[in-house]
Amino acid sequence: MLAWTIYLTFLGVAAQALVPRDQARAARVVALLSALAGLGIALAAVLRAPDGQFQTVINVPWIDALGIHYFLGADGISLVLVLLTGIAAVAGILFSWNVEHRPREFFALYLALVAGVYGVFLSFDLFLFFVFYELAIIPKYFLIAIWGSTRREYGAMKLALYSFLGSGMVLVGLLAALVLSGEKTTNLFLLAKHPFPQSFQMWAFPLTFLGFAILAGLWPFHTWAPTGHVAAPTAASMLLAGVVMKLGAYGCLRVAMTVFPHGLDPWGFAVLGLGSWREVFALLAVIGIVYGAMVALVQSDFKFVIGYSSVSHMGLVLLGLVTLQATGMSGAVLQMYSHGIIAGLLFAVVGRMVYERAHTRDLSQLEGMGLGRVLPFAAITFAIASVASMGLPGFSGFVAELHVLLGAGQAFPGLAIAAGVGIVIGVAFILRALQKAFFGEPGPAAETAHPAGGLAACGPISRPERLGAVLLITASLVVGLYPRCLLDLIASALATPLFAELLKGGLR
Amino acid sequence: MNYWRLLDLAAPEAILVVAVLAVLLTDLTALRGMDLRLRLRIGALVAGAGCLAALGWLLLMPGASNPLDAMLVVDPLTRLVKAGILVLALFAVLLTLDSDFTNHVGEYYAVLLLATVGMMLLASSSDLLMIFLSLELASLSLYVLTAFNKSSVAATEAALKYFLFGGVAAAFTLFGLSLLYGIAGSTSLADVARVAGERAILVVTSDSGVTTRSIDPLLIAAIVMTVVGFGFKVAVVPFHLWAPDTYQGAPIPAAAFIASGSKLASFFVFAKVMLIGFAGAEGSGAWLAMRPGWVAVMAILAAASMLWGNLAAMAQRRVRRLLAYSAIAHSGYMLLAVMTHGPEAMASLLYYAFTYGLTALGAFAVVSVVQGPSSDECLADFAGLSRRAPVISLCMLVFLLSLAGIPPLAGFFGKFYLFSAALRGGALLSQNLWLVILAIGMSTVSLYYYLQVLKQIFIVEPTPSPSSQPVPVATQTLLVVLAAAVVVLGGAPGLLLHPLLNALTQAGW
Repeated sequence: MLAWTIYLTFLGVAAQALVPRDQARAARVVALLSALAGLGIALAAVLRAPDGQFQTVINVPWIDALGIHYFLGADGISLVLVLLTGIAAVAGILFSWNVEHRPREFFALYLALVAGVYGVFLSFDLFLFFVFYELAIIPKYFLIAIWGSTRREYGAMKLALYSFLGSGMVLVGLLAALVLSGEKTTNLFLLAKHPFPQSFQMWAFPLTFLGFAILAGLWPFHTWAPTGHVAAPTAASMLLAGVVMKLGAYGCLRVAMTVFPHGLDPWGFAVLGLGSWREVFALLAVIGIVYGAMVALVQSDFKFVIGYSSVSHMGLVLLGLVTLQATGMSGAVLQMYSHGIIAGLLFAVVGRMVYERAHTRDLSQLEGMGLGRVLPFAAITFAIASVASMGLPGFSGFVAELHVLLGAGQAFPGLAIAAGVGIVIGVAFILRALQKAFFGEPGPAAETAHPAGGLAACGPISRPERLGAVLLITASLVVGLYPRCLLDLIASALATPLFAELLKGGLR
Repeated sequence: MNYWRLLDLAAPEAILVVAVLAVLLTDLTALRGMDLRLRLRIGALVAGAGCLAALGWLLLMPGASNPLDAMLVVDPLTRLVKAGILVLALFAVLLTLDSDFTNHVGEYYAVLLLATVGMMLLASSSDLLMIFLSLELASLSLYVLTAFNKSSVAATEAALKYFLFGGVAAAFTLFGLSLLYGIAGSTSLADVARVAGERAILVVTSDSGVTTRSIDPLLIAAIVMTVVGFGFKVAVVPFHLWAPDTYQGAPIPAAAFIASGSKLASFFVFAKVMLIGFAGAEGSGAWLAMRPGWVAVMAILAAASMLWGNLAAMAQRRVRRLLAYSAIAHSGYMLLAVMTHGPEAMASLLYYAFTYGLTALGAFAVVSVVQGPSSDECLADFAGLSRRAPVISLCMLVFLLSLAGIPPLAGFFGKFYLFSAALRGGALLSQNLWLVILAIGMSTVSLYYYLQVLKQIFIVEPTPSPSSQPVPVATQTLLVVLAAAVVVLGGAPGLLLHPLLNALTQAGW
C-alpha cells in the first residue's frame, strides 16, 4: 500500500496537465487532494505497524542485465520519514494557497519533488534509490528559479549543482561497490552483507557519506542551504529544509553507513587528534552546529536566520548518526522528523505570513512595524515554533536533541559539550529573531514608510495558513508528548541486521 | 559465393539503393515543377518507405548470416546495429518534411540514403578495405549534405571545413590501415590481429617473472594513424574542430544525422577495429601507470574530450554550438566503453550511442522549430518558449535532461551502464576509475549548461514576440515520439539491452 504514496503523488503531477489554464483554484485543490492521500496512506502505515520491522512493499525484477529490481519496502525509519514527507507536503500546499503565477506548473513540480522524496525513503534497491534521489534535483531548480525571491537564479543553480555533485560522488562509490561485489545485484541488503575489502571501504565510505552529507548541509559544504532556502518560495523552502535535507541524512544512514560499515573504523593513526572518518565527520557536524547558530545570530534577513538554523540543526542529525550507538542514532532519526516539522513551520511564518504581507524580511525594518499587534496569529505561531526549535520539553525537538546529546556524550564527550553550547546559542538567535520581528517598538519613521494600515490591507492570516500551522504544531506536540510512538519504530528498525555491523562498531 | 547469395545478404542495403533511385526518379520526372512542399512530402515518403522496408527486412527476415566472411559480416549484432542506423535515418528523413533550404529534393534524399548505405556497410564489415570504402561513402555523402544549403555562407564554410579535415583524416586512416596490412599481409581484422600479435608484439619475461610487452614501432604508428582517422569521425578532442562549425552551419536534418547515425556507425566500427584488430597491443590507461598501447592513447583522448567538450560548451551562446560541444563530451564518455573488452562494454556503447542519437535528433528538431527561417539562432531565441509552445518545450526538457543524465531518462541509464561496464573491464577498478570519476564530475558541469538552455525556455519571460510559436504538426509528432522513446528506453532499458546482449552472445563477443 505504501507504494501508492509515490503513485498517487505522481498522479497528482499528471492531473495538473488536465487542469484548465489559469484555474489556480482547481490546481490547488488537486494538489492538496493528492498530498492528503499520501499523508493518509503514510499515517495509516505508521499506525498499522506497531514495530518497525522491515516489510516488503513490492519486489519485482526491473533490469535483468544488471540485476536491478524494483524493490520498495519500509522499516521504522522509512515510515517515520514518509510520515514527515506527508505532513510537510500537505502543509506546504496549504501555505502556497496564494500562488497565482503559473499555478499548474508550480504544483506539478512541487508534487514531482514530493513523489521523488517518497521514492527515496521507500527504495531498498540502490539503483532505484538513486533514480528517485536524482529525480528530486530538477523540480527544486525550477521551483526556486521561477517562483523564488532574492537572487533566485543564483540560489537555484547553486542548489542544483551542489546536489548533482553530491549525487555524482555517491554514484562513484556505488558503481565501485557494485563492480567490486562481483554480483549482479543492486539490492541494499545483499550489498550491505558483502564484505568489501577494508582498504576499499576506507575511501568509498567518506566519498559516499560526503556526497549525501552535502545535501544534509554538512559544514563546510552547507553554503547552498541558506542561499537556496532564502531564494525559494515558501512551500519550496519548507520542503527543502523539511524534507530534502533529510534525503541527504537518510542516504548517509541507509546507504553510506550500511554498505561501508568498516569505513568508520579507526585508521590506526591520528591526524590532528582525529583517528577515523567517524571522528572527522563528528567534528564537522559539531562545527556546523556551532557555526550555523553563530551565523544565524548576526543575520539581518529574517529568512537567513532560519536558513542557518537549519544548518545548525542538521549538524545534530549528522552528529547523532556517527555516534554509532542506538540512543544517538535514534535521536538523529527523530531529529530529522522534528527538524522537518519545525523548520517547515518557521519558514512558513517567515516566508508566507510575514514576508508576503510586510514585503520585507529585514529584521531592523520589521522591528519598527509592531507585527506582534498586527499579525497576532503569526506572532503566536512563531513563538510556539521558537519554543519547539529551542528544544523545550513538550515538543519533538526536546526528545530528539536529548537523545543525540546522550549518545554523543558517550561517544565523543568533548564534542557533545560543544554541541550543547551550539544549542544554547540556538536559543539566543531564535529569541533575538522573535523579539525583533514581532515585539519591536513601532517607530514613527517605520510607521510612515510601512503604515500599519497597509499591512492590515494585505489581509489577516487566512484559513489555509491557520490549518497548516495547526497541523505542524500538532505534529510536533504529539511526538513531543508521546515520543514512543515514533521512537519504538526507529529503535526496532535499528535493531535489524542491516544496522548490526554499525552498532557493533559503536560498542568497541 | 554466388551473387544471389550476396544479394540476399546485402538486401537491406540493396533496398536502400533502390529507394535512392526511386526518389531521384520521381522527383526529377513526375514532380518536376511542382510545389516544394509537395515534393518534400513525396520525397520523404519514398525515402521513408525505403528505410522502413530495409528495416522490416532486417528485423523480420530470418537469419541469413555469414559470420565468417569479413567482407560483409551479417550476424545478429550487425543486423541490430544496422537497424539502429536505419531508425535514426528514418527520423532524419522525417525531420526534413518542413524545411525549405533546398530545391533539390530528390538529390537531397538520395544523398541522405547513400550516407545511410555507407554507414550500414561500415557496420557490417570487418575488413580493412571494406571499412575504408564504406567510411568514404558515408563521409562523402555527409560532406555533400552539409553543403546542401547553397545560399548560406555558413553552410558552405562548414562543409569546406568538414571536407578538408575529413580528407586529411581519411588519409590518416588509409595510411594506418595500410601499415596494418603491411604488418599482417591480410585485410581481415581477425587475421590482422593474429599476425600482428605474433610479429609485432614481443612478450618478454624477465628473470624475476615479470612479463612486459613491447610493441613494434610500426604497429604503434598504425595505432596512432587509425585513432586519428576514427577520432575525427567521432569528434573527439583534438580532432573535433570541424564539429561546432558543421553542427551550426549544416542544414538541421543533416547536422542531426551527423550527430546521430554517423556517430553510432563510427563508434561501432571504431570499437571493432581497436578491440579486434589491435588485440594484444592495449597497453594501459591507468592513472599514473600508463603503458604504451592504444588504450593509453584512448584514455588521454577521452579525458581531453570530456574536459574540453564540457568546459567549452559552457561558453556557448548558440544552442547548436552548445550541442556540438556536448556531443564532443559525450564522445569522450563513449570512448570509455571502446577501451573496455567484453560484451557488456559493447552493449553499453551501442545502447549509449543509439539513445544519444535519438536525443540529439530531438534536440536538433526543437532547434529547427525555434530557429525558423533565419539560420542563426541564439540562446535568447528560446526565451519563454514554454509559454509559446508548451509541448515541444517539454520534449526539449526530456532531451536535455537525458543528455545531462537525469533519471529516469535513457541518458541516465546509458551513463550508469557505460560507467559500470567500464569499471568492470579494468582489473579491480584501477584502470578506468579515474576516467569514470572525471566523467561523473564533468556531468555536473554539463548540467550547468543544459540548465542554461532550460532556464531560457521555462524561466525567462518571453520577449514581446508572437505570443504563440507555430509548430509544424509533423515535427511536433516526431518530437513527441522521440521524447517518448527516450523516456521508455530509460524506464525499461531491457527493451533494447535484451536483444543487444543476445545478439552479442550469438556473435561471439
